[in-house]
Amino acid sequence: MVKVFIYPTTSLILSDLVKRFGHEPLGSALGIRERIQTAGFESPPLQITPEEPKKGLHWAAVEVPSGVRGRMAIMGPQIDAADAAIIINDADLAFGCMGCARTNELLIYLLRTKGMPVLNLIYPTTEEEGIAFVAAIRKFLGSLGGGAP
Amino acid sequence: MKRYIPAYAGTVTVYIFIESTDLTPEDIAVRTYEIAPRAMVKETCFGLQVTGKPEEVDGIVAKIRAFDPAHIFVKDRGFPPGDPRRCRANLGGARPGFHGHEFELSLIGNVSRGLEEDLHPTGVAVPDATHGRRPPLPVERLKEIIEEEESAHG
Repeated sequence: MVKVFIYPTTSLILSDLVKRFGHEPLGSALGIRERIQTAGFESPPLQITPEEPKKGLHWAAVEVPSGVRGRMAIMGPQIDAADAAIIINDADLAFGCMGCARTNELLIYLLRTKGMPVLNLIYPTTEEEGIAFVAAIRKFLGSLGGGAP
Repeated sequence: MKRYIPAYAGTVTVYIFIESTDLTPEDIAVRTYEIAPRAMVKETCFGLQVTGKPEEVDGIVAKIRAFDPAHIFVKDRGFPPGDPRRCRANLGGARPGFHGHEFELSLIGNVSRGLEEDLHPTGVAVPDATHGRRPPLPVERLKEIIEEEESAHG
């Protein structure tokens, strides 16, 4: 089983396909769950504390906005742990404020410069594209080894 | 600051989306109760949310997926069901994350078709999807569109 980072990090389709083909999808839900289930002081809604932007310094410079560094404290450790990545380019749902948008750009940059296998796709808008989409993911995940037959 | 004691610590929650013409969320919910009496199951309009120990939830997901493999989709969730920080009963409006799911569910029929082909190949030609970008609009086609618009409104 290989750890595969998915982008968009909240993608249902990618999360399902990676798990279905026998690997572990890494996305935002895991980082959020870790914070939600850790006892401490209440910091609603996501248990993001003032410590997170400091942790984010590992992936983003100090002059980068704290919103980006706070988000990187969630996503950064998962990029470090990932052995491969699947990126859906031009995803309509992956937009947001400066924090989200710049974090997304930084995530893609880090994924592409880490030197691990990366699969680039676009969302399938027709059935033919759906067949190609699933086949490309199966082929990519198969090439990583250790997945489902 | 107030002390925070997490609810359902040590559990995992998954969304189960059902886009099937043969099954409803109710069908799957009843079957889930049968196979996993200790898990917390919440039926929703799109499917289920299941909360329980990781190994128990993994077993449930494997069994539920087998009912209709190409039309049941599973995703991890960070919050437990009904959490007041996310539940729309407390917040009003759509739940954060709903619009992302809504967008992907509009395309999921195409993924189901891809999974059907993966499970039961019919021999159709599989085009390459790894270019990763939509091809740019050719300049000639752009000129044609402009000329068509000009002649139509012209």
